[in-house]
Amino acid sequence: MSIQFSSDRLSKVDEIVARYPEGKQKSALIPVLHLAQEQFGWLSAETMDYVASLLSLEPIEVYEVATFYSMFNLKPIGKYLFEVCQTGPCMIRGCDDIIAYIGERLGIKPGETTSDGLFTLKTVECLGACGYAPMMQLGKYYKEHLTKEKVDAIIEECRKNAAVNN
Amino acid sequence: MGVKLLLDKAHIEGIRYYDTYRKNGGYTSVEKALKMSPEAIVEEVKKSGLRGRGGAGFPTGMKWSFIAKPEGVPRHLVCNADESEPGTFKDRYLMEFLPHLLIEGLIVSSYALGSNATYIYIRGEYAWIPDILEQAIAEAKANGWLGKNILNSGFDCEIYVQRGAGAYICGEETALIESLEGKRGNPRIKPPFPAVKGVWERPTVVNNVETLAAVVPIMNMGGEEYAKIGVGRSTGTKLISACGNINKPGVYEIDMTISVEEFIYSEEYCGGIANGKRLKACIPGGSSVPVLPANLLLKTAKGETRYMNYESLSDGGFATGSMMGSGGFIVYDEDQCIVKNTYTLARFYRHESCGQCSPCREGTGWMEKILKKIDTGKGSHSDIDLLWDIQRKIEGNTICPLGDAAAWPVAAAIRHFRDEFEWHVNNPEECLRRNYGLAHYADERAVIA
Repeated sequence: MSIQFSSDRLSKVDEIVARYPEGKQKSALIPVLHLAQEQFGWLSAETMDYVASLLSLEPIEVYEVATFYSMFNLKPIGKYLFEVCQTGPCMIRGCDDIIAYIGERLGIKPGETTSDGLFTLKTVECLGACGYAPMMQLGKYYKEHLTKEKVDAIIEECRKNAAVNN
Repeated sequence: MGVKLLLDKAHIEGIRYYDTYRKNGGYTSVEKALKMSPEAIVEEVKKSGLRGRGGAGFPTGMKWSFIAKPEGVPRHLVCNADESEPGTFKDRYLMEFLPHLLIEGLIVSSYALGSNATYIYIRGEYAWIPDILEQAIAEAKANGWLGKNILNSGFDCEIYVQRGAGAYICGEETALIESLEGKRGNPRIKPPFPAVKGVWERPTVVNNVETLAAVVPIMNMGGEEYAKIGVGRSTGTKLISACGNINKPGVYEIDMTISVEEFIYSEEYCGGIANGKRLKACIPGGSSVPVLPANLLLKTAKGETRYMNYESLSDGGFATGSMMGSGGFIVYDEDQCIVKNTYTLARFYRHESCGQCSPCREGTGWMEKILKKIDTGKGSHSDIDLLWDIQRKIEGNTICPLGDAAAWPVAAAIRHFRDEFEWHVNNPEECLRRNYGLAHYADERAVIA
């Protein structure tokens, strides 16, 4: 597969690079990696090389950044990524039960993807929603005040959306 | 009701949008500021006594006055919206509901510092907030508050939003700068300080979201008036994000004269401990600051009332006090296990250590492993001493404060709750089934929900 940004993403890259002083286009690296991950779902070596060429960087400059930040997926993930917070404030509001319940519902452990490729479960550290715990990130948004019923509804909704989009 | 300077208009419907915000007195501080000299604004902020709201509490006016002004070199203001300290979610609230308040504060502050290009560095997980901020920026620009020659003052300013990608360390200002430059978030050795060599080697000031929002009321009311609110060196108001086992978790604005007891038990704030339980412990300023047992939280070691301000929360030093920190207020009821909680925090710091300094990189991993061992009934008494020894060897021995931030919660947990650690060691079977309980450090009252 050859990696190529869509034309609106390419103009977005130009817009981002223009925010920085001349010659400092490396500053655009993290925003551009986000764009790449949005389009391709995860960052393969090929994708990272493509980003390097877009910003006139050495590939290693991209690899060292992509591997540092926890939001960048370095291997393929499911269509829906459940990132459940497990840090102290969520722990005391019962996140362990929620993580176990999601795992049970989907038949996977944290770090795994369902065999149909729909769901990946991941535990993450504090997402800054401590007052609305337990919580998880799903795509762009947070799902807060999680209960087993809410988890059921979220899984249901994802399945429906996936069916519609196929 | 206490004084509100930041959230006073938060209840107004549509305040997120420009027209409503402007109708309710928005952007008047920019009109006022652009008629003053930048130096006069720095003076106002100095007079206000405003202290950095991100956690360190360093006087903002002083930080601003340090910025170097070499001829012909651009300067930058960077807004730190990387809010990642466990227990802290106040900046998110400001950005989501009052984006124009932040933009207004950024314009005034950019003018004061001479920043023509200002960046908001926001944690990557707050993925929906950049849209809100960018809309507010576009509205402000369309109405002449940003862009070229703002209000015919000759001052140009653009504000850009930059997303991080999941790294607590990027809340540390030099790591944030590295990240803004497109690198790994490894903190820099200081000096040079960012005020001299920051982003792209240019003089840079990095301030927290709440700090920059507070510049708006300071300009509107004047630094001296702002300084009259609060007590001592804790001037103005502070946002507290309250979470844990309380009836009303959320973001509250306090004027720093109220007691910790009032904050936890009054209906205006946390509304007491949830489910009729009793208060066991609290981390009052984000996960890095020392945890305090109820008896030391509500009263100082001298038996005086403890208040929600910088000085009172740190009364007694680390032996019997804690810190205001970021205002992340985490409350634990009688059912919570201090060992397990400390383990989750240690895991957090191990995950977030950038790996640059060995005491932090290795030490955080050791602490996590030992705490897990004790929590699961496999620990020995010597493990508790080893834990104490490791945290001491991390503190003060790293480039940035993440080492201290990882060491302090462990130290405080052992200092105040050593009996609970020992109980885990002595009762390896029982500690898996039940919690240690309240022991002698609980608050006596039981509050019915």
